[in-house]
Amino acid sequence: MEEELEVGCTRPESEIPQETQEKEQPVTTERKEVSMIKVGQKMPDFTAPAYFKGKFTQVKLSDYLGKWIVLCFYPGDFTFV
Amino acid sequence: MSVDSIFVHKMWNDNELSKMVEGGIPYHMLSDGGGKIGTLYGVYDEKSGVETRGRFLIDPDGIIQGFEVLTPPVGRNVSETFRQIQAFQLVRESKGTQATPSGWTPGKPTLKPSPDLVGNVWKVWTTDKAFED
Repeated sequence: MEEELEVGCTRPESEIPQETQEKEQPVTTERKEVSMIKVGQKMPDFTAPAYFKGKFTQVKLSDYLGKWIVLCFYPGDFTFV
Repeated sequence: MSVDSIFVHKMWNDNELSKMVEGGIPYHMLSDGGGKIGTLYGVYDEKSGVETRGRFLIDPDGIIQGFEVLTPPVGRNVSETFRQIQAFQLVRESKGTQATPSGWTPGKPTLKPSPDLVGNVWKVWTTDKAFED
């Protein structure tokens, strides 16, 4: 499901698949509008580096289809959630 | 997920969180350097360069069923997140034949939407049920 990352000096990067990027293109009329996330819409997919139980891994959100997902963002480590 | 690197995640888990939760955090701590994913989800604040407290519930089909976004100083209520997941699971299992009214928690009555229910919710649901017991 997930691959372990080889740790080097470069910082692993997140990745947003091409399909997601294309889908998320804001509808441009005369003004440039920012696309807003809405309930009932498909989750925007991504791949992101992660720390999990002593290992560095790469997580692809769509690998978790079939399960309920809680995706949490927070301002920064060493703050409360 | 935050804009911190996985190396900072490790330090936070190993040096602090593992003192609060035995064995450390049982979830993946995701890194979103630059806030690309946060931008996609509408929770990246460019001015401060960090992500706000956004929480998204995604069902097994990958559909976003709910979200809550708070500014940094106020923390979330984990019990409420669980309650919402339980409610969404019940609705999903009933294939939409049941709905969970305000304040629903497991064990409390659900509503069965139908033409007969229109105008008759007061018979099966009272306002005190909107609050925690």
